[in-house]
Formats: sequence, C-alpha cells, structure tokens
Amino acid sequence: MEITKKVRDGDVRTVSRLIRNIEDRIPGAKDTIKHIFPHTGKAHVIGFTGSPGAGKSTLIDCLVAELRKRDKTVGVLLVDPTSPFTGGAILGDRIRMQRHALDPGVFVRSLATRGALGGLSKAVGDAIHVLDAMGKDFVIVETVGTGQQEVEIINHAHTVVVVLIPGMGDEIQAIKAGILEIADIFVINKADRDGAGKLYRELMYMLSMADEFPGGWKPPIIRAENMFAADSFGKSLHELTDTINAHYQNLVDKHLLGDRILRKAMLELNEALHNAILDPVLTELVETGDMRRMADMLLKKETDPYTLADEVAGKYLRE
Amino acid sequence: MAKRKLRIMVAKPGLDGHDRGARVLARCFRDAGYETIYTGCHQTPEEIAAAAIQEDIDCVGLSCHSGAHRYLFPQTVKQLRELGGDDIQVIGGGVIPTADFQMLYDAGLKGVFTPGVTLPDIVKWIEENIVPNIRD
Repeated sequence: MEITKKVRDGDVRTVSRLIRNIEDRIPGAKDTIKHIFPHTGKAHVIGFTGSPGAGKSTLIDCLVAELRKRDKTVGVLLVDPTSPFTGGAILGDRIRMQRHALDPGVFVRSLATRGALGGLSKAVGDAIHVLDAMGKDFVIVETVGTGQQEVEIINHAHTVVVVLIPGMGDEIQAIKAGILEIADIFVINKADRDGAGKLYRELMYMLSMADEFPGGWKPPIIRAENMFAADSFGKSLHELTDTINAHYQNLVDKHLLGDRILRKAMLELNEALHNAILDPVLTELVETGDMRRMADMLLKKETDPYTLADEVAGKYLRE
Repeated sequence: MAKRKLRIMVAKPGLDGHDRGARVLARCFRDAGYETIYTGCHQTPEEIAAAAIQEDIDCVGLSCHSGAHRYLFPQTVKQLRELGGDDIQVIGGGVIPTADFQMLYDAGLKGVFTPGVTLPDIVKWIEENIVPNIRD
C-alpha cells in the first residue's frame, strides 16, 4: 500500500496527515494502521509526566538535543488539554522545541486531549505506532500537566519519567497512590530552588517502603538544576539519558519488555472492541432517538439506568 | 464520522518580540473551537513552514509589527510551497500599510488584518474562508 511505504520512508506530510486522520477518526486511517502495525515495535517509547510548569517540555527539548548528539532519531508527541467548553485548545508545548524544527531527524506533533481523561489523547497509541513505523529510534510522549490520577502513560511507554519540582506538598503527597507509583525515573527539576533536598528525602523515604521492584529496578532520582548553569545541567541531562537507556536495557535483560507491551496490547484490543461493538450500538441509540427517550424516562424516575442497560444489552447481545 | 477539527497556527516570524497580539489571537482561536498551535517569537520562515507541515495545519496566521512583513510573509508562503504545503492557507496581521496589501496578496497571502479589525471579524473570516482539508 502506497501510504504505508510513504510512512516507512519518513514522508513528513504523509505522517502528519495520517495522525490527523487518526485524531479525526477518518475510517481510512484504521486501514492504514492495519498495514503499519507489522512494522512497529522497534522504537523505545519514553513518557514524560508531571504537574503543569514542572518543566517537562523544556526537559524534553534538551533530551532531544542530547539524543541527536548520539545520532538517534526522535519523534515527539505533545499532549495539551482541550477546553471542555469550546472544544478548542492551545497547543503550546512546541514553543520549547522549535529549535529542532529544521532537523529532519526530529518530528514533533502536538495533540489535544479532546475530552480524554487519562492525561493523553485517544489518538496517542496509534500516533506512537506511526512514528515507530516511520523509523524513529525514540518516541517521546509528553502528557498534559498532571495531578495524581492521570496515569494512562504507563500503558504506552516503556520508560516513564515523572518530573517533580520542590515546594508542591508535604510527605503525605509522596505516599499517595497514582502518579508517583508509575515512575521508572524521577527527575527533581529546578533543584536549585528551596525544598529540593526535602523532596529528595521524601522520595527516598517513599521508595524505601517498597519491598521489591519489578526487575530489581529501583527508580533513580535525578536532580536537574537551573538549565542556564550549563555545566551542572549538562551533567544531569547526561545522567537522565543514560538512565533512560539503562532502564530499557534492564527491561530487556529481565525479560520484562513483554509485560510492558502486553499492557499496551490489552488496552488497544479493549479500545478496538469498544469501537467495533459498543460504538455502533450507541450511535444507533442516539440516531433513533432512543437515547433521549431513555434519558427522559430517567428524569421522570420511571426506571433506573441499570434496568435500561439490561434491556439494551438483551436486545443486542445474542448469548 | 466525526467532523474535521480546524487546526491553526499562530507564528511570529523575524526579530519582532511584540507577542501580545499573537497570544490574544491564539486565545481567541481556542475560544472559537480551533486547535491552535503557537510557536513563539523569533522564528524563521523556514522554521514556521516546517512546523506547519509537521502539525498538519489548515491555516498559518503570521504576526509582525517590525515592518519586515514584505520579506517575511512571502518567504513563509514560499517555504510552505517548497515543502508541499500548497493547501495550507497563510494570513498575516500587524502594523501593515495598506499600500503593501496587494503585494502580500500577490505573494499568496489569503487575508491581511491590521489594527482595528475585531476578533469576531477574524473568526468570521476564518469560518467563511478556511475549510479543513479532507485529503486522505
């Protein structure tokens, strides 16, 4: 198929249009993914997550520069939130990495969440496949600025980097479930600010409470100081790049890469089943006006959602 | 099938750092329901064009208050065409003498907006003139 070849040859226009078609859920895009799928699985996917303003985009920009120095090609997907009111979005992460715009070894694409809640966009999974098939050695995904629960990145990335900054809360924050549990690597960014030492100790304390880590990988904590202090920042950046590579190597050595990929495979299958089975039913319910009729029944308290769902299931499911 | 969402880029070519207007516009486009990419100040036409291609943009809005629009705007159009972005529309705004309008239209700009044009006017113009491209 022509378009598959163009993607594998790295044609930028084709790739960017294909990602657009995935986002807009154009039916042809699904067919293209079917053809591309066998050519994926080579890229090392790195996820960056952390609160808004933690410095994710700037850190990614520097990491891209470092990877390019090491002769690696990079695809970057940047997710920013969609307004729940207008459906519009300002995708501003790109500002931090425009210096790579003319480098053919770097492809940067911004995505809006379009209502997805896990800190990513629904199109991210397939967009990663596209950049992977395009031949990028690394695919870096930046989530929206996250709080505690936006952990979907673990379903897509081999290596998850959680970026933290000093002064965001006391040690109770560190033992909460969620975003701190998904880190393979912690970065304490802006570590020249007050409270960096305390944050470091809190993370150490949290990590010391765990009995064991998968593959024996205890998430390292990397401190990155003011990026304008070139020497110290450069050292942190080297450390981060080496640690990311070491983490991937550890997954390979401990035969854990399969577990990571399995998680993504399960998710994708789940989504595909959802699209193939549930979406047509929901569409029909909306188009026939049944959805509205059922909602009206609920408003009048004539029945409850569970009874209605059972009725619909009874109508559509055969077994 | 979901409706195509308009993707628009706001960019500032050249050495002009007056970006308040560009930011207001980006916000205005967000509120109009568009996915808006803002690339920041001090961009070359080459960088803007490359970013527009990677982002699959329908329309690039250039902002310039330094007087260099006569070079920067046409150059951006040219770079876009060279990268195969013939279907990407380019509009421009800023402190632009009316005497330069024709020259900019001739260079391939679809619209030129100067001080006094309101935000609803610009959104209305976009609704009427920019159609998300359906090419597969």
